[in-house]
Amino acid sequence: MPVEYLKETPSQTAGPYVHIGTLPSHAGLPVRQNETLNVVEAPGEKIVVEGIVLDGSGAPVKDAMLELYQANAKGEVGDATIWARAGAVFETGEWRFDTIRPGALEWRGGKMQAPHLTLLIFARGINIHLHTRMYFPEDEAAQASDPALNRIEQIHRRRTLVAEKVKDGHYRFVIRLQGDQETVFFDM
Amino acid sequence: MTATPSSASAALPDFMRRDRAWHPPAFAPGYKTTVLRSPKCALLSLDQGPGEKTGPVFQASMLHELDNDLVSNYAAATGSKGLAIGERIIVHGRVTDECGRPVPRTLLEVWQANAGGRYRHKKDTYLAPLDPNFGGCGRTMTDENGRYFFRTVKPGAYPWPNHGSDWRPAHIHFSVFGEAFAQRLISQLYFEGDPLIPLCPIVNTIKDAAAIERLVAKLDMGEQRPFDALVYRFDIVLRGRQQTFFENKREGM
Repeated sequence: MPVEYLKETPSQTAGPYVHIGTLPSHAGLPVRQNETLNVVEAPGEKIVVEGIVLDGSGAPVKDAMLELYQANAKGEVGDATIWARAGAVFETGEWRFDTIRPGALEWRGGKMQAPHLTLLIFARGINIHLHTRMYFPEDEAAQASDPALNRIEQIHRRRTLVAEKVKDGHYRFVIRLQGDQETVFFDM
Repeated sequence: MTATPSSASAALPDFMRRDRAWHPPAFAPGYKTTVLRSPKCALLSLDQGPGEKTGPVFQASMLHELDNDLVSNYAAATGSKGLAIGERIIVHGRVTDECGRPVPRTLLEVWQANAGGRYRHKKDTYLAPLDPNFGGCGRTMTDENGRYFFRTVKPGAYPWPNHGSDWRPAHIHFSVFGEAFAQRLISQLYFEGDPLIPLCPIVNTIKDAAAIERLVAKLDMGEQRPFDALVYRFDIVLRGRQQTFFENKREGM
């Protein structure tokens, strides 16, 4: 018998009422009214990232909760890790983060990654959170040697991780859970 | 851990692989909502970089003293003096990793329905009434040894549309961050002896009975608070960090 370890606690869906515990004012609770977890206060170039999560029929996932993890403007993580959280608008499914442009983060063995945001998606009907990344359309050169993008064998799927530029400093990122243009999700 | 660009974070040991066969699969048609919300492509396996091996650090100072007392925190926040209606319980346990190491100072968030099975959420329309003194939102942080506790009322079962009217067993949702992004976990805690557990399509998205058992809190009569509250024990395990044997990188990676 191989060595036995404790087993990780299994995941269950965050459910449709995830906002009560994670974004109580979004759920309609009159508590923590001054929390704006989707707005990042950190030094750097301010950017807006908006988007929507679509299901396999193309309909918006209106109860999604998203978390953002990223390096700071200097490409640092650890104590410097930037974290944020946003709820989809119940009527439309649209979500938005006001954050700063991340610096390029180191990879393993001294290599570099292209600047990116990491996003986690939680929702009813998602049994274990989905993990994806958003890259910036102007960073093509850095993306050519990015270890994650290069790991995607189907080259046409790489573009599912690149946001669309709406205007300077404002990006749109559509996450497709299923279908022809299914977003790449990671197991890391 | 310091905010160095790198080398410090890049050299941290990796986390053990997540056992995806132990967790529920994305596509689990007994729970109908998963059908259109499950990716069809395989997840892309990738080594962990510094971004996955570190995570946000939350300060205990962000917590209010009543954040871990759902019996009174909603009333206190809304200016009432009442207590929540229902069976008073305390839930306690430890957060460790798969190697048994405690996970200290990690943020644990919880949310739940009230004793009648109704959520205080603008989208919940179940006919059970709201409790004016119950919000169902709480949070706490583990101590140096990974221990945590919170007080609440036992949530009620409630019906939901799936296969006609299915019924959720009493449950408390929980979210835990761990020490790094790779350990992030959201799940649900059930209660020992609930006959609805084996009937629940969401519980049954998990295939292994031993895995389901890990989500069931045990009645802890040794810790009961006499003439006050019943106590349940619930331990949480997050992904384990590997040891460092040699340098934590491979040629060509």
